[in-house]
Amino acid sequence: MRFKDVFSIMGPSMIGPSSSHTAGAARLGLTARQALGGQPDEADIIFSGSFAETYMGHGTDLAVTAGLLGCAPDDERIRDSIALAEAAGMELRFGTELRPGGHPNTVRFELRKGERALTMVGCSIGGGNVEIVGVDGFDVKFGADCPTLLVNHQDMAGTVAAMALIVGRANLNIRAMDVDRQSRSGRALTVMEMDQAVSAEVRRELQALPQVERVRLIHLNEEEGQE
Amino acid sequence: MRFATLAELSAQCREADMTIGRYMIEEQVRESDQTEETVVGQMASYYQIMKEAVRKGTTEETKSRSGLTGGDAKRVMEYRALGGTALGGEASAALAYALGVSEVNASMGRIIATPTAGSCGIIPGVFVSTQERFGWTDDKMVEALFAAGAIGYVIANRSFISGAEGGCQAEVGSAVGMAAGALTELRGGTPEQAVHAVGLALKNSLGLICDPVGGLVEIPCIVRNGFGAVTALAAADMALAGVRSVIPSDEVIGVMKDIGAAMPEAHRETAKGGLAQTPTGKAILSDLRKKGGRS
Repeated sequence: MRFKDVFSIMGPSMIGPSSSHTAGAARLGLTARQALGGQPDEADIIFSGSFAETYMGHGTDLAVTAGLLGCAPDDERIRDSIALAEAAGMELRFGTELRPGGHPNTVRFELRKGERALTMVGCSIGGGNVEIVGVDGFDVKFGADCPTLLVNHQDMAGTVAAMALIVGRANLNIRAMDVDRQSRSGRALTVMEMDQAVSAEVRRELQALPQVERVRLIHLNEEEGQE
Repeated sequence: MRFATLAELSAQCREADMTIGRYMIEEQVRESDQTEETVVGQMASYYQIMKEAVRKGTTEETKSRSGLTGGDAKRVMEYRALGGTALGGEASAALAYALGVSEVNASMGRIIATPTAGSCGIIPGVFVSTQERFGWTDDKMVEALFAAGAIGYVIANRSFISGAEGGCQAEVGSAVGMAAGALTELRGGTPEQAVHAVGLALKNSLGLICDPVGGLVEIPCIVRNGFGAVTALAAADMALAGVRSVIPSDEVIGVMKDIGAAMPEAHRETAKGGLAQTPTGKAILSDLRKKGGRS
């Protein structure tokens, strides 16, 4: 079932005019902010498909920027977000590109915050729902509609089992899991979509695994995802 | 959820001796593992936002960001006040409220996507106007929103709810079906009658293309929300009178999917066909491009 419950049909509460072009876009911005681990100093936002054609008329640029500022899809500051971002010292650049075969509503983020950088590709798939399809060059697939752990690690036997053990011991259930690696024994990214909220302690335990480089949490209903 | 079709939904409601709305509340509690208070509370907060959008859309300035639309709900409200609408006071209220919410949406105001933002006017138009007329409590309206959600859940999973995928039939049509079924139940219809209302309503939008001028959710979307609200009232009246959807509603949903899939891409929200490609539609698009898409 693509739509799982009543609130995937009724709602979200959002700022118009388009659940794909504004609500979904705001969620994509918010996801990128959490994946970066805070508000970017610089953001290149590149639209493709229908986003590229109509982003200005629909305020998709405003919605994405609002997400980067930490606004939820129903935040009335969305209308003024570009001015707010500029006032907050965020350097914003918008562009368009062709992505043959990509989802019609796709945005690519190139974000920087101090030493930290993030590339994220996400799609707005309808009704305010989103799908993230790329993080820092890894092919992933997650909806950001539940607490989601992004774990960068070395591709080594037993790593996934060790991570699963930690979340299992904390009584957390993995709803879906996706692993991608750059090369055999190289760097890998595991995405775990969870049924329950993930505590800081669980994230610390994961971080303490020798093969783990970095643990991030995307949790859009929380004020801020945590590193 | 333990149902995948409207026939299953209606049979299960009958067996449990519950309305569709009541049944969906219990299903949502089970599915989400949250309390009834939480899920009903969330829907109740949505209903307040819908009412606020109706108020805003019918009383405040609602110029869209593109400058193409705005103020039509107020025009209809003023015309209604003269007392001479062909629809009569009640149906014209549903029309005006639906236009108003849709205009709030186009002006980047706050709305509830039901099921999408492009179709966000229909359910509030029908719900708020009939609540005023019949004096129903908010609790009753919130339960009926769950009924609308149950119907939308079936449509979304067996067909489409977005114009980009299935044309406007999937977007406005789904909302009309959801509103028609829920209103039938609000007025005391059985789950079977509510399901017939869905089929009757949905049939009336089959083949409706998604052809937004300039690619924006404004023209013809706003007026289609107005028309949709009135259609939902008509479908509910037919179902309550005993009119049946001879083609079962689940089959209507199935054929909506077939039609949507057969629609050329030009007729699915790309602005490459339909009204968007009329001489005026093209002129508007080129103006928008010149202005950088912004007024």
